[in-house]
Amino acid sequence: MGMNDFKRSLWVFHVNTGSCNGCDIEIVASLTPRYDIERFGMKLVGTPRHADVLLVTGPVARGMDKKLRRVFEQTPDPKVVMAIGNCGISGDVFYESYNLVGPIDKVVPVDVFVHGCPPRPEAIIDGVVKAWAKLEEKGAEGKKGLRKPVAGKAAEKSGGTKSAKEVHGKSKAGGKAE
Amino acid sequence: MIGNIAALAIVPVAGVAGIIFGLLFKGLDRVLGARMQARVGPPLLQPFIDVKKLLMKENIVPQNAVAWLFNAAPVAALCASIALLLYIPLFGSGALLEGSGDMVLVVYLLLLPSLAMVAGGFASGSHYATVGAQREMVAMLSYEFPLAIAVVSAAWLLASKAIAVQAFSLAALSAFPLWSLVGTLGFVGLAVLLAVLLFVMPGELGKAPFDVAEAETEIAGGVLAEYSGVNLALFYLADAVKSFAMAAIIVAIFLPWNATAMLSISDMWAGAAAGALFFLAKVFAVMFAGNTFMRIALARLRITQVVRVYWGYASAAALAGLLLIAAELVLVV
Repeated sequence: MGMNDFKRSLWVFHVNTGSCNGCDIEIVASLTPRYDIERFGMKLVGTPRHADVLLVTGPVARGMDKKLRRVFEQTPDPKVVMAIGNCGISGDVFYESYNLVGPIDKVVPVDVFVHGCPPRPEAIIDGVVKAWAKLEEKGAEGKKGLRKPVAGKAAEKSGGTKSAKEVHGKSKAGGKAE
Repeated sequence: MIGNIAALAIVPVAGVAGIIFGLLFKGLDRVLGARMQARVGPPLLQPFIDVKKLLMKENIVPQNAVAWLFNAAPVAALCASIALLLYIPLFGSGALLEGSGDMVLVVYLLLLPSLAMVAGGFASGSHYATVGAQREMVAMLSYEFPLAIAVVSAAWLLASKAIAVQAFSLAALSAFPLWSLVGTLGFVGLAVLLAVLLFVMPGELGKAPFDVAEAETEIAGGVLAEYSGVNLALFYLADAVKSFAMAAIIVAIFLPWNATAMLSISDMWAGAAAGALFFLAKVFAVMFAGNTFMRIALARLRITQVVRVYWGYASAAALAGLLLIAAELVLVV
């Protein structure tokens, strides 16, 4: 038993936080005979309780942040979070949109970023390989990979979206209600 | 009784053997399934790696779960699966508790892991798990009927033709292979019953096309939705052992021939090895037909369709098999 077994059996849960389905299709494509991630012992699971890796797509639409945080907390440790696609990394074409609370790393700590709109399946698989390395690091630290969303980042979140909120004044109250 | 107590001492051995072979067959199933889909598939030993990984994961008990039942269910499922192995003839030799159990006991023991899953699902405090548990119960009600018909038909045939033996005894089945007791009509009937049992197998094991209770794409893993870590590993092992046991039951009822006797090998160890290998080959054939092939070839049914398939078509086929055997017994005596 060791991290070696861990990285050869990564079960992946896929969270869509408002993606256009482009990245999601590419994730599904990585299961197909052409890419076949099951070769590496990876498989898609239906519940975060079974997952080792969270694949998060989409720019985190308003209302999805709580759900995403909940899914993150439901996932048993050790775990890694991967942000798939430009939306989740920067907001991409939805940058500064009034109904975004993302990008993803403002909501949950992200370990691996996979760029692309959408990223190719090769890029996603490469990202998972990097996630292996992350998991090994976490194992070496002996902290069982326990990571909590950083308080500073949460504060940054309200600051970051301020300009957007000011433009659409109505949503400011909505933001407070959360 | 002394024999039984000695047999109890090798219960852990049976458990370990069941787990090892169950996981091996699970790996084989995954590789072959992948090959049938033109994929390379995982390594053969992937299920072992999966279990080792699950044992390293955090074990979460949800806040609104009934903790004791939630934790007890996976243990019960694994224990019931291993208990099942004790009553089935394995590796070309008799069952460990030979004479203590029969087919009726085995059929009821087969239910226990599913019941444990239902209990665990209801104890999870999750909507998905509750829906999954309800579906599991409905599926149990559905496949039990054709399964019972098949088992009772086999016993009836045995009791009519080989009067000296106990009808429901699994040991008697291996002494008098059913196929040798019948003519053409009965042969067709037995073939139908074997097909029905192979069809019941994926339902019994919760595999596609009858995996409604665990449907991960619609109800997020169903009964297993809230399970993680060690508990999930126990259910994983229970599933592997139960798959092995289910295949071994079909082998015991319908394919009971023994290589040691057939090849008339005199050396004890060579005979045991040949018997074990032949047994594993038969289990593999049953697993492939009843599990891998069905899983890959057919898509998941809805729960209403599962009931219709089992109570309608499978039961009708099983009754037809039973009638053919009855016709044989009445007409050709």
